[in-house]
Amino acid sequence: MLNRYPLWKYLLILVVLVVGLIYSLPNLFPADPAIQLSSAQGDTLELRQIQRVESALEENDIVVKASEQENGQWLIRLRNDDDQLNARDIAADLLGSDATVALNLAEATPSWLQAFSASPMTLGLDLRGGVHFLLEVDMDAALTQRLEVNASAMRELLRSERIRYRNTEVEDRTLSIDFASSEDRDSARRLISRDFPNFEYSTQGSGRSSSLVMTLSDQTVNEIQDYAINQNLTTLRNRVNELGVAEPMVQRQGPNQIVVELPGVQDTVAAKRIVGATANLEFRLEARNDTPDAETETLSFRNDSARSAALMRDVIITGDSVSSASNSFDENGRPQVNINLDGTGGTLMNRATRTNIGRNMAVLFIEHKSEDTVVTDPDTGEETIEREPYVERGLISLATIQSALGNSFRITGLDSPTEAAELALLLRSGSLAAPIYFVQERTIGPSLGAENIERGLLSVQIGLLLLVLFMLARYKVFGIFANVALALNLTILVAVMSMLGATLTLPGIAGIVLTLGMAVDANVLIFERIREELRNGLSIQQAIHAGYERAFTSIVDANITTLLVAVILFSIGTGPVKGFAVTLSIGILTSMFTALMVTRAMVNLSYGSKPVKKLWI
Amino acid sequence: MKPLSNLQIDFMGRRKLAFIVSAVMLIVSIGALVFQQLNLGLDFTGGTLIEVRYGAAPSLDAIRQLMVDSGFRDVSVQTFGASTEVLIRLQQAFDPDVGSDVVNLLRTSGENVNLVRAEFVGAQVGDQLRDQSGLGLLVALGVVMLYVAFRFQYKFAIGALLALLHDVIIVVGIFALFQLEFDLTVLAAILAVIGYSLNDTIVVYDRIRETIRTSRIDDMPQIFNEAINATLSRTLATSGTTMLVLIALLILGGDMIENFAIALLIGIGVGTFSSIYISGALLLPLKLSREDLIPTKKAIDEEEEELP
Repeated sequence: MLNRYPLWKYLLILVVLVVGLIYSLPNLFPADPAIQLSSAQGDTLELRQIQRVESALEENDIVVKASEQENGQWLIRLRNDDDQLNARDIAADLLGSDATVALNLAEATPSWLQAFSASPMTLGLDLRGGVHFLLEVDMDAALTQRLEVNASAMRELLRSERIRYRNTEVEDRTLSIDFASSEDRDSARRLISRDFPNFEYSTQGSGRSSSLVMTLSDQTVNEIQDYAINQNLTTLRNRVNELGVAEPMVQRQGPNQIVVELPGVQDTVAAKRIVGATANLEFRLEARNDTPDAETETLSFRNDSARSAALMRDVIITGDSVSSASNSFDENGRPQVNINLDGTGGTLMNRATRTNIGRNMAVLFIEHKSEDTVVTDPDTGEETIEREPYVERGLISLATIQSALGNSFRITGLDSPTEAAELALLLRSGSLAAPIYFVQERTIGPSLGAENIERGLLSVQIGLLLLVLFMLARYKVFGIFANVALALNLTILVAVMSMLGATLTLPGIAGIVLTLGMAVDANVLIFERIREELRNGLSIQQAIHAGYERAFTSIVDANITTLLVAVILFSIGTGPVKGFAVTLSIGILTSMFTALMVTRAMVNLSYGSKPVKKLWI
Repeated sequence: MKPLSNLQIDFMGRRKLAFIVSAVMLIVSIGALVFQQLNLGLDFTGGTLIEVRYGAAPSLDAIRQLMVDSGFRDVSVQTFGASTEVLIRLQQAFDPDVGSDVVNLLRTSGENVNLVRAEFVGAQVGDQLRDQSGLGLLVALGVVMLYVAFRFQYKFAIGALLALLHDVIIVVGIFALFQLEFDLTVLAAILAVIGYSLNDTIVVYDRIRETIRTSRIDDMPQIFNEAINATLSRTLATSGTTMLVLIALLILGGDMIENFAIALLIGIGVGTFSSIYISGALLLPLKLSREDLIPTKKAIDEEEEELP
């Protein structure tokens, strides 16, 4: 019998419909603007403090919709964005440095939907406002830093074995040490190669000008670069968490780039200072008068460049050994940072200070910076921008070691409380394994975000309305079928995007609008074909059957080619292009399902296996 | 509502006219691309873009003067959408802090200025993106051509490819001619146009193939006419619905996707024309014959030689 569907097909459609409804529903419940309160010490804030905040908010005419505790954080739900901004300031003033207060959007999905783990689509930065950074990791610097660390360790090794060396030099990926004799060099080579298997060793010269040249293997270079990126990702995540941003994104992109997205953040300058800071500390001993020049380095003070001191080249520990840090004030009211070292750091510090009581120890503040200069090509007049990285080092304190230091101590000599707080934050979250540079930055104000949502939704609605009217006017009863399928298509599309956790962006909305326009195409093809078959004199049932049958190859070919383009778009694109490609691809698949199966089911149910006199098409 | 169903337009008979129209559009487009060049957006050139909202409509000249006096070079200031919204563009990209600097500078004259968005794109990112996009376009065209050659026949693939190039060149050409800004979203729109126009072309080709197989006549122009007329109402209906939605997007979607909607509207207009006319008519000079689709024994051997 023509135009009948087996029961399982109807059931399949029903299941897809129900699943689609459940997972698209959360999008109808807009998230509440909220402030998120968490304790600066990492434990949960007490109920008493939250109640104080609530009553302070009420005094300022801000309505608190609800407050709840989740994962050690408190969320206070509010009515609108203006309240949110005011509430943050009020709460931050009230709780002071005990707590981190951040803006957040609290999901408003009802609990019965949450039971299906259904959640709404996340909104992209262009829809909710925030900051987007693209950072590039300086891989050359990562290599140089690693080599410097190795050189320091090698010098120590050579000294402990009483092998005399003259100079160490780092260039690109090679490290070379000069020796006074070939014998010294050969024994050094034996010794070093045992402890540092990652180098390729070769020797140059002989006698007084003999040197040992060590080159990193390709594999090691790759490992170092991977490590640098991953370490930087971890550090950036820690820092962003310290900033108290809700739902931040820190992600690797390509071989040497990192994307950081901070929704809701408007103060880009502060965010950038924290995210991009490359500050670190080094603890070194002051050089003795009899120390050979090759082992010393003269550096000036950070806040007084006229003063300087000669330091040992060897580093006792760096900021990487810090396990926790906090800022406070010393007895004279000057800012200080209290530092706790981890196990190895503590041992190293103890060993170095125990044997050097009475000598001076310096704390060195190191910052990687870069300067862009515009270079004009004298021949073509073309201007290019060259980036010149440089390292800024300055002493922040030089103090006499009174007794052996242990795991915890404090440093002073900082300019301001803000600087102390930021240094403590940076030491807590860890230093960057390699310097990073900002190569792209976007800030989207919250008003623009809200406007984009409004306009996007409006154009979807109007576009949909126009389509529905057009299909009704042109295909009558079949137009109804197509319109039901279109509504279902939109539902499934939204459901799939929510399930995949896709981010909705403005180009994504454009993709949805376009998909809707193209989604009716399959139905137009089928219906035109049915009309044609009717004109050719086929019976009604046969015409329906032939219409669906013959239009099928056209529809599949046409959609597969479009899908191919969408997939290519996704694989080459970034940001806005990707968002568009995702919605387009999903839309093509869902529209094929609804246009072919769902309309057919409706047609079969209404016309199949019964005598039909006239087809309203 | 069946105005088109019984129409039999002699498309192939007037193909010379269509070719001339296409040729003129192509020449103008290529000329615009060569002489005026594309007005590339921030995504591709690198640089800084700052959008600010004023309390009251400001004087653009005053802003420009203020910027130049403060040592910024290559400053472009224009309104964006409303007269109170101002878009400032700087080609010099050497300082990521420039965004906040500019807002502070504009505030010094005591006016109420709010930052709507600030974008900074490094020059290398722009270059990288430009290369990637060009490559993406070529890959998209190549893959699509392979698919058509596999599903139909290589002559169809050539026809489809030429029609697609025709569409892409004209859209890009119009963007160059009117100096509309060509950014990433426009690129996405052009790739979507490729997908869409191909969709159209495939439907027409599918019908041509079917008509060749079922009809007994050997007169190719007549077969093409029949196929194109049979799909005409569908082609116009689909283009019509998509354009309706796009017009809604253009009017209501806001400034940020205005160019996206324009590119798609032009692309779909040109794409509809090319899939009705160009892609079908191109099969005639390519000498498509019945044997290409219903291969005789001899033709199969030949085809294997032609298609390595």
